Amino acid sequence: MIRFDNVAKRYPSGHEGLSRVDLHLEAGEMAFLTGHSGAGKSTLLKLVGLLERSTRGQVWVNGRNLNKLKARDIPYHRREVGMIFQDHRLLHDRTVFDNIALPLVVAGMGHAEINRRVRAALDKVGLLKKEKVFPITLSGGEQQRVGIARALVSKPPVLLADEPTGNLDPDLSREIMELFLQFNQVGVTLLIATHDVDLVNRLGKRIINLRNGRVAGDTGDRD
Amino acid sequence: MARRERTPGFQRNRSPVTWLLRHAQMSLSSLGRLTRSPISTLMTATVIGIALALPSGLHLLIDNVRELSSSWEGSASVSLFLSDSVSDEQAEQVRKQIALRPDVAETRLISRARALQEFRELSGFGEALELLEHNPLPAVVLVRPQSDIQGAEAVGRMAQDLQNYREIELAQVDLQWVERLNAITGAIERAVLILAGLLAGAVLLIVGNTIRLDIQNRHSEIEIVKLVGGTDAFIRRPFLYEGLWYGLLGAAIGLALVLTSLYMLDGPVRRLAGLYESAFELSVIDPASLLGLVFGGPLLGLAGAWLAVGRHLAQIQPE
Repeated sequence: MIRFDNVAKRYPSGHEGLSRVDLHLEAGEMAFLTGHSGAGKSTLLKLVGLLERSTRGQVWVNGRNLNKLKARDIPYHRREVGMIFQDHRLLHDRTVFDNIALPLVVAGMGHAEINRRVRAALDKVGLLKKEKVFPITLSGGEQQRVGIARALVSKPPVLLADEPTGNLDPDLSREIMELFLQFNQVGVTLLIATHDVDLVNRLGKRIINLRNGRVAGDTGDRD
Repeated sequence: MARRERTPGFQRNRSPVTWLLRHAQMSLSSLGRLTRSPISTLMTATVIGIALALPSGLHLLIDNVRELSSSWEGSASVSLFLSDSVSDEQAEQVRKQIALRPDVAETRLISRARALQEFRELSGFGEALELLEHNPLPAVVLVRPQSDIQGAEAVGRMAQDLQNYREIELAQVDLQWVERLNAITGAIERAVLILAGLLAGAVLLIVGNTIRLDIQNRHSEIEIVKLVGGTDAFIRRPFLYEGLWYGLLGAAIGLALVLTSLYMLDGPVRRLAGLYESAFELSVIDPASLLGLVFGGPLLGLAGAWLAVGRHLAQIQPE
């Protein structure tokens, strides 16, 4: 589902975000990216979501070579890759419902279908009663769950999360991880960057450790 | 050689019905966004309206002056001043001779005595004239050319021809000032054209700048829409519709301004025309100005939005 062949990413400033990364995630696999800040976790996720392009090597997602994807195809690629951020990236002048509906609106989906899918997503993250409120009135954990609902509402085969529990206390973090495990059970491929090593170790999923832009350790699929 | 991998195609929405529906929704939501800040929207639209009203109003004015001068041009006549030595009988002979010409529609003789009388009545120099030993005024034959002789040039040729008569001292075309007026309106018309061009540029910049600010205000929204897979067309659309609405509102305001000005000018112009014993009336807005406003406004708005969107949307990329 996700494959990196000898991938490097050098920024115009000369900083090397990734150098020679080889990686392969099967469809339906769930893996954690760990490592210090600056180790290349975010860069790796950005390459998968095409927020950045690799400067060397090939990145494959969902059977497509991203290096060969034209700029006008990028939006369609992003519809297949749900992204979750530490800072949630919600629209604060729109209700929770409208925030979650955004990927569907963008894809040109009809009203009835949008209603149905947004409700289903809200139900999954346990925020069914909050659909009409604005994100600013929600707690950090709830906002993150809105972000998660938005990422999964269009049922993308791949879900990326960059420090999704970064600002949350341990209980909330565990709740969020539980959600991810549930998605994985229905076949979604997940790649989650986190520095919460303790939590990750307890989950028993694959852990890919990055150091200085290289893969320093990979437990492989432990399922 | 590596085998070329076949990339599975993306699903794109190509149904024209859905497409139309999305556009209708988008245009309405853009309008809704504008109505949420009515004061600033109205101010921007009014500036656009004034910029549009100015050239079309001036164009209308010139149109009216032109219409007026063409009605004068139609009544162009030639004054034939006869030599002093020509007697009244001879003058009448000359008039008859000229009246027979095929290019002449009507002639009228003003004898020396009659000319003196008219001059006395109209000029107020009556008493001064008493002092003169003899009548200094020549007899005049007024000639109205046939209606197929139009324009200063044709009448001028005719006057030159009439100059060949021995009895005629001077053949003068009473058209020069109409000519001058035409030249002046021609120059003003050109100026209005330049002004219209400049103001069209101003409208482009106004709309462009307004949209640019809006893009900046919605920076994070654009970023997020790009993150969840919004195409450039999708992101561009609300801003283009916004420009279109600005142009349309501006055109409506411009039209209202022109019509109000016409209404306010109507009374004074009527009075002025009355003083000149003319039945001249301000013409209502002409089709060209109307079309220019109704289509020019939205078109300029759209173009301005396009400029802003093209320049600034590409710069916003999610991180």
